[in-house]
Amino acid sequence: MSIGLAMNEPANKDDGVVLTEAQKRARRSRSIAIAVSLAALVLLFYVMTLVKGPMILVRPM
Amino acid sequence: MSLISEGAEVRRPALAEPSLATVGDYIALLKPRVMSLVVFTALVGLSVAPGSLHPITAFTALLCIAVGAGASGALNMWFDADIDAKMTRTARRPVPMGRVQPGEALAFGLTLSGFSVVVLGLLVNVLAAALLAFTIFFYVAIYTMWLKRSTPQNIVIGGAAGAFPPMIGWAAVTGSLSLEPILLFAIIFIWTPPHFWALALYKTEDYARAGIPMLPVVAGEVVTRRHILLYTLLLVPVAIAPWPLGFAGAMYGVTSVVTGAIMLLLAWQVFRERRPAERACRNLFAFSILYLFLLFAVLLVDRGWGGLIARIAT
Repeated sequence: MSIGLAMNEPANKDDGVVLTEAQKRARRSRSIAIAVSLAALVLLFYVMTLVKGPMILVRPM
Repeated sequence: MSLISEGAEVRRPALAEPSLATVGDYIALLKPRVMSLVVFTALVGLSVAPGSLHPITAFTALLCIAVGAGASGALNMWFDADIDAKMTRTARRPVPMGRVQPGEALAFGLTLSGFSVVVLGLLVNVLAAALLAFTIFFYVAIYTMWLKRSTPQNIVIGGAAGAFPPMIGWAAVTGSLSLEPILLFAIIFIWTPPHFWALALYKTEDYARAGIPMLPVVAGEVVTRRHILLYTLLLVPVAIAPWPLGFAGAMYGVTSVVTGAIMLLLAWQVFRERRPAERACRNLFAFSILYLFLLFAVLLVDRGWGGLIARIAT
């Protein structure tokens, strides 16, 4: 089957996973939490770099 | 092979079924209540340590310790899903309830473990990071995977995992260890057995159903009550020790003596209990939490408060 033909086929309801509204909400909340966590990590590294300055590269035992 | 894997009732959705896990379920995997005690004891270790640490660096250290403790909890729930499903106290956790799949809990725990250790090592110091890594390893591999299902001494040895946080806090400031953080470690280490055995005495059926060889299940109630008293007799002088050793002042001394006497009284009531009554055990379990909290809170005020304020002010 060519790619063009496959793209023109009508969507089959049995193909793939169709999320329920509850699953979509849960996924969205998880995605937001991951985004917030990553942003917080970036902010933490930024602030710590400002705090430590060049000493950021010095890691004493 | 697990001793108690047969008959487990962990609800697993079909592989292709998308997850319904919410952010709250993932937060539950972190065991927030345990995490709060870990953060508090680490804060005390950090505050009483000599030397200086920028407040934001101190916050970073506590954050990493909290995340590392939470990661341990997630890995514990991943491995123990089968026995959690059999115990009333733990049956509603996200993995046995089927809201979070075991693989998701494993990935979550491993990711947070890696991040917490690496960030602590990069931003604070390597010794603190090494101690955190060892704590996670000890709790997950030594306690959860090995001791918990194989020996009635599980919480005696496994209690070390919960005792490390003040040492990590101390190491975050000083980059070294000394007698004082080891004493804080010893207090939590010796406190753990009577605390958990008091719980196990009134949850014996739960533990027996799950096949966990807790002391009351294996050796019986009389032996457990005797062990609780013996460990409490050992705990009280160790908890008072920071005062005569000069690590804490009179306020800590008075608090540790008074609360230690109450602990001994409650342990004696548990010991004298001839029939399987819950009341004395519940009282000891509840007070033991307050006891540890008071010891560390007073130590924080008595010893660490001035240093903490000075650090925030600079």
